Amino acid sequence: MNPTKTKNFSASEIDASCRVPLLALFGGAALWLVAGLALSLAAIMTFHKPDMFADCPLLTYGHAQAAANDALLYGFCIPAGLGVMLWIFARLSQTELALPMMPVVAANIWHVGVLIGTVAILIGDSTGFAWLEYSRSASVLLFAAFLLIAISAVATFGARRERELYPSQWFLLAALFWFPWIYSTANLFLTIHHPVRGVAQAAIDYWFSDNLVFVWLALVGVGTAFYFLPKLAARPLHSSYLALFAFWTLILFGTWCGIPQGAPLPAWMPAASAVASSLLILPLIAIAVIACKTVCGANVTCKGGPFCYVKFGTSAFILSGLMLIASACPQFSRVTEFTWFGPAQAQLQILGFFTIVMSGAIYELLPRVMGFGLPFPKFVRAQHWLFMLGILLWAGSLAVGGVEQGMRLGNPQTPFADSTNVALIFLRVGTTGLLFILLGSLLFAANIFAMTFKWKLALVKTVITFIKSPLKITEVKS
Amino acid sequence: MKNGFSVFVAAFIALGLSWFGFVLGPAKQLGREKQTAVLNSSDTYPLQPIGNATLGLQVYRANGCAACHTEQVRQDGVVCDVVLTAAGKKPTVVSNLVSTLKLTGLTKDEADAVSDQITAAGGNVETHIIPVGVDIARGWGLRQSVAADFLYDTPVQLGSLRAGPDLANVGARLPDANWQLVHLYAPSTVAKNSAMPPFRFLFEVRKLGDAPSPDALQFPQGFAPPAGCEVVPTPAAKQLVAYLLSLKADAPLYEAPFTPVTTKP
Repeated sequence: MNPTKTKNFSASEIDASCRVPLLALFGGAALWLVAGLALSLAAIMTFHKPDMFADCPLLTYGHAQAAANDALLYGFCIPAGLGVMLWIFARLSQTELALPMMPVVAANIWHVGVLIGTVAILIGDSTGFAWLEYSRSASVLLFAAFLLIAISAVATFGARRERELYPSQWFLLAALFWFPWIYSTANLFLTIHHPVRGVAQAAIDYWFSDNLVFVWLALVGVGTAFYFLPKLAARPLHSSYLALFAFWTLILFGTWCGIPQGAPLPAWMPAASAVASSLLILPLIAIAVIACKTVCGANVTCKGGPFCYVKFGTSAFILSGLMLIASACPQFSRVTEFTWFGPAQAQLQILGFFTIVMSGAIYELLPRVMGFGLPFPKFVRAQHWLFMLGILLWAGSLAVGGVEQGMRLGNPQTPFADSTNVALIFLRVGTTGLLFILLGSLLFAANIFAMTFKWKLALVKTVITFIKSPLKITEVKS
Repeated sequence: MKNGFSVFVAAFIALGLSWFGFVLGPAKQLGREKQTAVLNSSDTYPLQPIGNATLGLQVYRANGCAACHTEQVRQDGVVCDVVLTAAGKKPTVVSNLVSTLKLTGLTKDEADAVSDQITAAGGNVETHIIPVGVDIARGWGLRQSVAADFLYDTPVQLGSLRAGPDLANVGARLPDANWQLVHLYAPSTVAKNSAMPPFRFLFEVRKLGDAPSPDALQFPQGFAPPAGCEVVPTPAAKQLVAYLLSLKADAPLYEAPFTPVTTKP
């Protein structure tokens, strides 16, 4: 974009330019990951001991569940995704991060926004719309912070050396554009003083949730996977034509999904959503083929490292997409609608796919960005196993429990209590999985914070040595 | 894709299409909906909720009740029953004819054919429309939920999980305010095997004064508050119950017709 700038940046210079913004984004994200999972655990405790929070309104299921979901999505997923995106943009552009102070400021605004929103939900000030529970003050902060980060990302993208775009850049750039549109639409239609009337609210909320939880996470997660899979496998991405097909079909069909089949809306809406969901099989197949062909035959053993993370995350995405398609299929949705199957899909998408891809990416890029190795390299492998087992137990038992619950719900001769009781058993098994994931997230946070601490310590040491060092002769003379 | 602009255009087209479909479309189609007429009646539906019921929706929202309860009843379709109202001038002929015909669980066309036959024989008939479906068989509603049911709700609390039963018609199903309050305070005393957490923070346990409070909860046999104490609902609990009792999707509408069961005096 700027022909006068001819300086070639080395990889380490590019990495160093991302250091402060990435630490600001990832540090808060790691905290929210732990906090979100802890809230999730508190929420699920209601099913172990119903009167646990009978005298404490803050942590009842209705409060804690919404706060947990939003802390994971807004607190961890989005800032972690944006951080990884900034680094990928800088690397692919072969240039230093543009306007690096903006993401630093924005990261702090973002995390304050998430804090305000979480507290608001816990004290009963949520908006009441799924995935959009944050109060207006928090939404404004999040929106502003996102725009600031987007400006820095687009400026970095604009200053790129390589004109031809790499597939990851399509996905990530589209995600940058996606969020401000859907977030402003949802807030302007739903959380202002005079929201739109009646079930149109529900329709818009379904649209927003699908576009954020499925499409946005898919764009960023798959874009990141398309960058790291070839890099870690040391092979080129299978086919950029297939990637183009995956990109187009994902954004064309993914954005129409998410309207439940039984919703009290005009019949054309669930029908359109069902058609779009069935067509979603196209990008899923394309992404699966690209990932397989890129990875299979690679001469790399992953040993629980970042490669394992990205591979597992990509498979979890395919599975989560298939679950989304299944729940839009009328025959299947008659069983699974209103059961734990829906939450299972969301948890798989957020924790199994996105969180794992992002953790892998962060473990891969952070040592480069910081210029020194991970303080606890053994945690990486431990976290991988904890996450993998945890996700299988947590999302798996919710999904199976949901189907069991749905079969009982669908038979009017079975008492309603039977359907909840059968789900209880699976919820209790799933809690073990959630505990594993929480442990894994603690290891993740330990690594991130130890690195931040080490870096700050080095910074202080540099300052001290600088102060202590004798003045140079030239300075004395002048 | 050669440059950033083409990515932008691609995303703009894809998201724009769905925005027109799923945001602007419903906002135009449903966002300006008005009250509709109740079938075979001069009433309009729904009535604007007032007072505590309106405030109660905000208690429902604040406590995230929709995390476990839906407010939407599903329906698989309708069947028609033909009911003989008067035998006419030739009662024996009509009753002989009626005894040979199948009168319940018919499709619309079958019901029309049967009623034509009986009318031709001189009898008077009515066709009753009866919604069928699992939720309706469970007694959760009289008909499917439709857009009109949520006209005055902000925020609309459809819910997506049935960890607890559906509440679309709870005001008609369980109209006893004391039952609702006791259920909120200690669910298992009135609903066996209930998995619902108690909402004791919506109540106040206080020492009995000179006279018991008129609001104090009337507990069923076998459950009592601590000796010398009574349990009194806070305003939030009263509002919540007022809201729950206002949930009555019981009007037959054009888009969800059914024949109300009337008990003749």
